[in-house]
Amino acid sequence: MTTGDTGAPLLDRGDERVKQQDSVGGSIRAFLGRVRTGDLGSLPVVVGLAMIWTVFQSLNPVFLATNNLVNLLFDCSTVGVISLGIVCILMVGEIDLSVGSVSGFASAMVGVLWVNLGWPVWLAIPAAMAVGAAIGLLYALLLNRLGMPSFVSTLAGLLAVLGMQLYILGASGSINLPYGSDMVNFGQSLFIPHILAYVFAALAGAAMFAAGVRTAARRRQAGLSAQSMKSLLLRTGALTLLLEAIVSYLNQDRGIPWMFGFFVGLTVAMNYALTRTQWGRSMTAIGGNREAARRAGIDVNLIYTSAFVACSVLAAIGGVLSSARLASASQQAGTGDVNLNAIAAAVIGGTSLFGGRGSAYSALLGIIVIQSIASGLTLLDLSSSLRYMITGAVLAIAVIVDSLARRSRVSHGRA
Amino acid sequence: MPGCDTTLPEESTVRMTNTRQDGSPIAETVLSLRGISKNFGAISALTGIDLDIGAGEVVALVGDNGAGKSTLVKILAGVHRPSAGTIAFRGKDVTLSDPSAALALGIATVFQDLALCDNLDVVANIFLGKELQPLRLDEVSMELRAWKLLNELSARIPSVRVAVASLSGGQRQTVAIARSLLLEPRLILLDEPTAALGVAQTAEVLDLIERVRDRGLGVIMISHNMADVRAVADRIVVLRLGRNNGVFHADASDHDLIAAITGASDNSVSRRSGRRQAGQTLS
Repeated sequence: MTTGDTGAPLLDRGDERVKQQDSVGGSIRAFLGRVRTGDLGSLPVVVGLAMIWTVFQSLNPVFLATNNLVNLLFDCSTVGVISLGIVCILMVGEIDLSVGSVSGFASAMVGVLWVNLGWPVWLAIPAAMAVGAAIGLLYALLLNRLGMPSFVSTLAGLLAVLGMQLYILGASGSINLPYGSDMVNFGQSLFIPHILAYVFAALAGAAMFAAGVRTAARRRQAGLSAQSMKSLLLRTGALTLLLEAIVSYLNQDRGIPWMFGFFVGLTVAMNYALTRTQWGRSMTAIGGNREAARRAGIDVNLIYTSAFVACSVLAAIGGVLSSARLASASQQAGTGDVNLNAIAAAVIGGTSLFGGRGSAYSALLGIIVIQSIASGLTLLDLSSSLRYMITGAVLAIAVIVDSLARRSRVSHGRA
Repeated sequence: MPGCDTTLPEESTVRMTNTRQDGSPIAETVLSLRGISKNFGAISALTGIDLDIGAGEVVALVGDNGAGKSTLVKILAGVHRPSAGTIAFRGKDVTLSDPSAALALGIATVFQDLALCDNLDVVANIFLGKELQPLRLDEVSMELRAWKLLNELSARIPSVRVAVASLSGGQRQTVAIARSLLLEPRLILLDEPTAALGVAQTAEVLDLIERVRDRGLGVIMISHNMADVRAVADRIVVLRLGRNNGVFHADASDHDLIAAITGASDNSVSRRSGRRQAGQTLS
C-alpha cells in the first residue's frame, strides 16, 4: 500500500468490501475490471483509431506523413467544435439534428455581413453566433413550453435553417472570403510557433500534476484516501511525454494549427464545465434521471435551454471556422455529412446517445477517428459513395458498442 | 446531534416510557396540522385532518388506498396546497407554497421511488442541486460530509464513489435518507420506505429510521406493512376516506387497526384471520 501511512484508518477505506486500488498495479487492475463490466470509457476509440491508422498506413504510406496529419488537424477543428455542442445536448438526453444547417447558416451570415454588407468581421462573427443562440433558444422553448421532442423540432430546424442559408446567399449561391484576411489565415495558415507548442504541452502536464498534488494533499488532510505520488507522477509524466512526442512529430512539418489549438482549448473548457461545475453536474443528472433532478431542486428547463443554446452556438462557431478553412461561404456549407459526422464523432468518442454519460474529450477523439477515415479514403481515391457507406458502418458499430456496453453496465451494476 | 437538545428533561422521561396512545404531544411539537382539507374539484381528498408530530417521534400514517396518505404527504412536502386548515411548524403558522419552501423550513421528503440518479455516484446524489462551490465543485468537502452523514446513520455503504446503480435497494434507501438529512431538517417524511425491500434490507431501513428519530427528528412514515409500522412507530395514525379515523399505539391489536383502516370490524381481513384462527384454535 502506498497510502494510509498515518496508521489511522482512512474514512473511505473503513469497509473491507472495497477493493483497495491506490497503487500503480491496483489502478491497472481497476481499469481492467471497469472494462470487463462495460465501463469502456475511451478504450474503443483508442483501439479503433490504432486499427484505422494501421490499415490506412499499410495501404498508403502518405497517410501518417506529417503533412497529411496537419491537414487532418485542420479538418478536425471545424466539425470537432460542432461535435462539442453535440456532446452537450447528448448529456441531457436530447439531440440536435440541425447543427449542420446552423453551421452553414452561420458561415453564410459571416459571408453576407462581412463581404457583401461591409460589416467589420469582429461584428459579423458574434452576429452569427447570436443567431445560433436564438435558434437554440427556440428549440428549448418548443421543448419546455410545448413538449415538442427535440428530435422533431431540430429535424424541422434542419430544413428551415437550410432554407434561410440559401435565402441569404441569394442567386450567386457562394461568397468568397478575402484571402489574406486574418480570418482566412486563421483557417488555413496560422500555426502555433514550434517552441510555444512544446511549452503548451509541458504546461498541460505540469498543470495536471499540480492539480493532482493539491487534490491529493487536501484528501489526505481530510482523512480520505488519495492517489499516490508515484502513480500521479507516472500518469502525468506519460501524458506529457505523449503530448511532446506528438508536438515534435507535427513540428517536423508546419506544426500545430492555431485553429486546432482553439478547438483543444474549447474542449478543455467544456470538460471543466461538465465535470467540475454545478451546471455540468445538473446536465449529467438530468440525462440520468430527469424527474429526480427536478425534485432535487434543479431548474430543468433552464438547463435544457443552456444545453440547446450551447449546442447551437458551438455549431455556429464551427460553421465560421469551416468558412475560414474554405475561404468561402457557399450553399454546400454544412450540408451533406457534416451533421452526422458531428453526431457520430461524439458517439464514437464514448458519449452515450441515451443521456447522462459522456465527456468533452469524446468529441476530440471521435472527430479524429471520423476525419482519419475520411482522409484515408480520400488518399485511396475512393469515391464518395464508398466513403459514405464506410462512415455509416463506423457510426453503426459505435452505437452498437455503446448499446452493448450499456447493457453490460446495467447487469454489472454500473450505470 | 444537531438541534435535538431542546427537549425538556421531564418530557423526555415521559417520552422514554413510550406507552402513551392518546395522541397528546409527548415532546416539543415539531408540526401540528389543524383542520387540513384538500379538494380536487368535486372530490374531497382530505377533510379536517388533525395531526401532531413531536421531536424524536415516529408517526406512522396508515390507511387503505385512497385514504389520502399521499395527498397529506404532498401537502407537507409543498407539492400541493391545502384548501383549508392551518399548518404550524415549531409553533408558528406557515404556508408551504412549493417544495423549496418546505425544504427551507426543515421538512425533508424521501419519495417512494427515491428520486436518485443512477449514473451519478453517492456523493453527487446526496449533494444534487446543493453542490458546494457551484463554479468549482469542492469534491473533498462534499465527500467528507457524505461520509459523516452516512456514518451518523451507521449506514453500510462500501464506497461513496460508486454509481448509485451498483447499490442494493436498502443502500439506495439509505442514500435517499442521508440526502434528506443534508439540510438538517426537523421533520422527515418517508413514503413507503420498505415497500420494495427484502427482509434484511427492511430491517436495515427500520434501524435507520430509529437512528433518525434518536437524532431528535420528527418522522412521518407511510406504510402498508403493519409489521414494519408496529416495529418503529410511536403512534399510528389511521386515515380513512380522507378523515382521521383514530390514533393507535404500536401495540394495538391487528383487529382494531384493520377495523379502523377498513372502517368496519367485519371486513375481508378479519374474516380471513377469523377463519385461520378457527383452524388453529390452540395457539
